[in-house]
Amino acid sequence: MKLDVLYFAWVRERIGLPKEKVETSAATVAELVEELKAREERYEAAFADLSALRVAIDQELTEFDAALDGAREVAFFPPMTGG
Amino acid sequence: MKILVQEEAFDFGAEAQAFASGHTDMGAIVTFTGVVRDLPGDPLDRMEIEHYPGMTEKALTKIAEEAQSRWNLGDVLVIHRHGTLRPGDMIMMVATAAPHRVDAFAAAEFLMDYLKSRAPFWKQEFTADGGAWVAAKDEDEDALNRW
Repeated sequence: MKLDVLYFAWVRERIGLPKEKVETSAATVAELVEELKAREERYEAAFADLSALRVAIDQELTEFDAALDGAREVAFFPPMTGG
Repeated sequence: MKILVQEEAFDFGAEAQAFASGHTDMGAIVTFTGVVRDLPGDPLDRMEIEHYPGMTEKALTKIAEEAQSRWNLGDVLVIHRHGTLRPGDMIMMVATAAPHRVDAFAAAEFLMDYLKSRAPFWKQEFTADGGAWVAAKDEDEDALNRW
């Protein structure tokens, strides 16, 4: 499965890019995170503390145990600070 | 319902006037405006607001729809800016129209609480020391529990 993976705020800064295509067979967001962490140190640094992160699948907030079945876009970011 | 996500400044007076006009059955209009606040003792040069184009509009629409389902509202307006803002600049506004003020006030507070922690915006403050991401506050998350 080919996913668009997006990063925002300090997650984007740590990983060093806003968006990339990822070929993965991960079944869940958590599995995708493990695959990314295994790639390089900068991913390990960005995903070190999942409690400090939020995730969206296809632009809907979800949880790290959510299934990626049918997903096109996954985004990782810190807790939001709007308003 | 009107949801605007934009980089450019908005005219608060004109938006509020337009929103409040043209109803004969709305007895209450409530508006809230968020303004970039300077930092005491550590002057703020600017704030940069990043967002998630596409998701931002969807999240704001969902929050506004939720407000409409919970209270008796005639209309909802949300404007939120992104990009570079300076102290004193207006960041965002919400407006609610309802037959009665209790609904208009409650819905405006609900909109504010939710768009602080459920709309994908991230603020970075720049001072003489450089940039720092604004951390989400526990009390902002706790504020959602009251609804």
